[in-house]
Amino acid sequence: MKQTSFFGRLRRSQIFWPLVAWVLILVFDAIVEPGFFKLGIIEDPVYGKHLYGNLVDIFNNGAPLMLVAIGMTLVIATGGVDLSVGAVIAISAAMGAVLINPALGNQLITNEILTRNATNTPLPLIILATLAAGTVCGLWNGFLVSRAGIQPMVATLILMVAGRGIAQLITNGQIMTIYYTPYFWFGNGYILGLPVSIFIVAGVLLLAWVLVRKTAIGLFIESVGINAKSTYYSGINERNVKLLAYTFCGFCGAIAGLILSSYVHSADGNNNGLNYELDAILAVVMGGTLMTGGRFSLFASVIGAVVIWTFTVTVYSLGVPANALLAAKAVLVLLVILLYSDYTRRLMNRVFERGGSQHEAAH
Amino acid sequence: MKQRTRTFIFRNGSLMLTFAVFVLTYFVGSQLYPVMRKPQVFFNLFINDSSLLLVSIGMTMVILSGGGGIDLSVGGMIALTGTASAALLRGGASPYLVIPLMIVMGLAFGTLMGTIIQTLKVQPFIVTLMGYYFARGMAYIISLTSVTITNEVYKTFALTPIHIPFIPNAYIYPTTLVGPIMLVVAIYLSFFTRFGRTIYAMGNNEQSAILMGLPVARTKIMVYAFSGLCSALGGIVFSMSLLAGYGQHASGMELDSIAAVVIGGTSLSGGVGNVIGTLFGVLIHGTIVSILQFNGTLSSWWTRIGVGVLTLIAIGVQSIFYLRAKRS
Amino acid sequence: MNEPINVVKMLGITKSFPGVMALDDVDFTLRKGEIHALVGENGAGKTTLIKVLTGVEQPDTGTIQLDDKLVQVRSPEHSQELGISTVYQEVNLCTNISVAENIMLGREPRRFGSINWSKMNDLARNAINRLSIDVDVNQPLGNYSVAIQQMVAITRALEILSAKVLILDEPTSSLDIHETNLLFDVMRKLQNEGIGIIFITHFLDQVYEIADRITVLRNGKLVGTYETGSLPRVELVAKMLGRSLTELDAMTRVRSRQEDTGEKQQLVEAKGLGLARSLEPVDLELYASEVLGVAGLLGSGRTEMAGLIFGIDAPDSGSLVVDGEEVTKFSPLESLKRGIALCPEDRKAEGIVGDLTVRENIILALQARYGWLKFLSMQRQNELADKYIQLLGIVTPSPEQRVSNLSGGNQQKVILARWLATNPKVLILDEPTRGVDVGAKTEIQRLVMQLSEEGKSCVFISSELEEVLRVSDRVAVLRDRKKVAEYSGDVDDKTLIQAMAGEA
Repeated sequence: MKQTSFFGRLRRSQIFWPLVAWVLILVFDAIVEPGFFKLGIIEDPVYGKHLYGNLVDIFNNGAPLMLVAIGMTLVIATGGVDLSVGAVIAISAAMGAVLINPALGNQLITNEILTRNATNTPLPLIILATLAAGTVCGLWNGFLVSRAGIQPMVATLILMVAGRGIAQLITNGQIMTIYYTPYFWFGNGYILGLPVSIFIVAGVLLLAWVLVRKTAIGLFIESVGINAKSTYYSGINERNVKLLAYTFCGFCGAIAGLILSSYVHSADGNNNGLNYELDAILAVVMGGTLMTGGRFSLFASVIGAVVIWTFTVTVYSLGVPANALLAAKAVLVLLVILLYSDYTRRLMNRVFERGGSQHEAAH
Repeated sequence: MKQRTRTFIFRNGSLMLTFAVFVLTYFVGSQLYPVMRKPQVFFNLFINDSSLLLVSIGMTMVILSGGGGIDLSVGGMIALTGTASAALLRGGASPYLVIPLMIVMGLAFGTLMGTIIQTLKVQPFIVTLMGYYFARGMAYIISLTSVTITNEVYKTFALTPIHIPFIPNAYIYPTTLVGPIMLVVAIYLSFFTRFGRTIYAMGNNEQSAILMGLPVARTKIMVYAFSGLCSALGGIVFSMSLLAGYGQHASGMELDSIAAVVIGGTSLSGGVGNVIGTLFGVLIHGTIVSILQFNGTLSSWWTRIGVGVLTLIAIGVQSIFYLRAKRS
Repeated sequence: MNEPINVVKMLGITKSFPGVMALDDVDFTLRKGEIHALVGENGAGKTTLIKVLTGVEQPDTGTIQLDDKLVQVRSPEHSQELGISTVYQEVNLCTNISVAENIMLGREPRRFGSINWSKMNDLARNAINRLSIDVDVNQPLGNYSVAIQQMVAITRALEILSAKVLILDEPTSSLDIHETNLLFDVMRKLQNEGIGIIFITHFLDQVYEIADRITVLRNGKLVGTYETGSLPRVELVAKMLGRSLTELDAMTRVRSRQEDTGEKQQLVEAKGLGLARSLEPVDLELYASEVLGVAGLLGSGRTEMAGLIFGIDAPDSGSLVVDGEEVTKFSPLESLKRGIALCPEDRKAEGIVGDLTVRENIILALQARYGWLKFLSMQRQNELADKYIQLLGIVTPSPEQRVSNLSGGNQQKVILARWLATNPKVLILDEPTRGVDVGAKTEIQRLVMQLSEEGKSCVFISSELEEVLRVSDRVAVLRDRKKVAEYSGDVDDKTLIQAMAGEA
């Protein structure tokens, strides 16, 4: 009997388990900390009336991760990985900060100049440059993987490390504080009471969704990840598919860098986006996309990112420092990979031998 | 005699090239900065990069074993070893207990990763990447801030200069010796044990190695254990040299290590290369860092970029060699 | 009278896998000091028989005797202990280590726990000299040609104590004449020492040159074991293909069309098209509204020729002209744009995209031609999927089923559908009916003829002569990576077999 009910389709789709995980964490929060869900409306002198509360913070602060998860999903779907996302965030943030700051070069800098609410470059140009910087990084990775034939892990590892050096180079080794208030809007502003970053994420998600599901690109990406040879024999230029995936990932990293540096009012080459690649991989893996490539779901990865961020906020409010999470997340990634792997599937088949064949017929 | 020389050159050409690059780089450096002609500068290479050498030895063996073999956890292990030993020492434990304990931890960690890679068939890069985060994460759990080591034994090992015979004003430290000793051990393993020969065979063609009846599964786990051991030793040496343990230590060392291995002539696909080349890869890395330091105007993050560029060039050169060999 | 001693005696071996009977009550004997050729087409059961003998697989029924003693071969290691050594087609050695090491690896002489290199080199040198091969044991194996590597593999196989049986699985596939002769010298030497050799090959010339006896398998069954001297080549080929001599005499003609409507439009012209080590330069013309059958045994270069026309490989000699335009860029996408389609032989590796649905697999190539942005609407996709599911009789619960869940035959149909959906001018089919049930076989053949009537040019590559003859207007025969003949009009399968066997 074919189950086409809503719940049935939900149950089988990729977003089911991340949603369940999120609900579980929220339930835990509700029990342990009843005030967790408190939402209120607050009147802010600069940004006007807006929603306020833990949930809002989760989505606002988690926006960069959600963006990176979107880009990372496409890369992993082609059977690769992008370890440089954190560095791309740093580079993009640095690019934005350096274009704003009027105190470039060796001129004598007064404190007044440094903290002036002004920019050297018009804002639209800054945004353009920031996005371009990240996209070029993605292009670079894409070229190394698709044209030079270097393994994705090695190719992106190079930018992961060298990229931090580049970010430092751009900011001349300093942590640059930003004083130009219009720039803050991306990470701190509100539209219709909700954070701007949510709209940005929604926009990018929509763009990505249109790109992969309303064109043939999504199909090609999945095909390349499953069987690159058959895909090539069917007349698809699989090298360009990979190139696109990495470039888009760089683009997403750039936007993430923009939002992040806007939120913290600064650019720090060493710490911006630190360990983001771990979170991004975890989000994608939790969203049910296999590390070996193939079928993917952007929504599931975004929900995965929300789960991670909710978890982080929960743990924070319990008084545990962020770095303590690193170890737990690492174990979690491996566990989730194992859960979805062939090994487990065969194990489950053996354990549920009787139920297995019936389940197949139910398709 | 001539035939044997020709064979020698043929087989060791890549190694000789790496050696030549090192000599050339050092020469250029000493021309630019006369202070580099002092013999101590050469020994400083060994002193400063002693943990890099240790970690790269383990990395070499892992990469040689092929099948996408890599160990991204090395930096994390150093941080964890350092922090853990510092914490234990601060708590009053004897260094003669701490050091063996760290070694066992390194071996266990490596064995665990190797088992997940071999038995559960998860790709090496993701397993060791998670190992990296796990190790660093544990280091931070032990202490968020740097932990100083005040133990006398550690201080002795770290600070007692050993004078080099016949060369005036040249010295190294006891910790500096660990790397070269492990190098000798690794050379022995690579060329005179079945373990090492199996690694080379696996790296070239895992299927063939299995069909030849070699203990491939066991060797794969052991090679990651070996890398874990090297990382632990690297961590001990690192924390001794700095007399501190800190979760942030050795960041970026993964790439430095991979760079040294690749520059040293080992192919990322496995089966080709050896630890002697890695030694020169490490020395080249050290020389370039020294040159940048003596320059003084170029910032230290140029090193990061430089290492990245070097790795790319080395990979590029290797693939050219590989293509040419395939064609002939 | 000297009774030949049986080193190996396999009786009543049966082995089946889910859905396929690989071996059905097969007997096989190997005498001491004989070279025994084992032949048969794809799926005949040769590989399975060897796997049973070497302990890779366990037979369902049947017995194995070695030197008249009943044995149960538990594993490859065990078979080696029993004295059976195997050398495979792909040299299973490591090219980065020395010859000596390849021979001795796993059994290296050691002194105080560490490898004794000089002793190892000496032992290896002795072993090599036993076979009279000129090789420096210190050199890395990769420095030597594949032929020498194969000899080293044989040396290693024999170094194991008391090897009695040597199995050579397609050893000459990558060797040229000179190298093959080298190998044969070694084989004869071993033969004289009393070692029994099982020689699996599809090169019939070589069978006649070196083998004492021939065993023919077909579809898992034993056709027979014969003395080489008393089996003419034509008969051998006939047996491999499953025809009796009397059947051959009943002529089956190539379908010839009464109304030969004048000028046929030439769609593809290949002149001297070739690729080193794959295909010797070939001339071929393809015309609209006709079917060109390609016959030839396994390894004759059929797939390589298809790959060159479709652009998977770029040729290193000759030219290819499609629709009057010379092809300069060789890629599947280019060919697709020019209206050429290829249904590949290896559907698992080169055909299906396993985790994608039937619908997605079917529209894949068509979508490739439309490009990245113009996505076929879901309605159109469903239309196409339903159309071809019905047309080809694809058995699937729904178009949304994962292709990897389908049976082999249905997967083949999906790939065929993929290419039909692109409405090509030239359709190359490489073994399109392999693993497909009888009903579907006929459907596909009928479809191919219908396509040619609609104006397409079809290339039909198959080892089943019957269907090649039924479907084709002309037939090209390939042998040993060369095109050796081309027929049109009245040709019968006896002529074809002769061409395939090498007596024309």
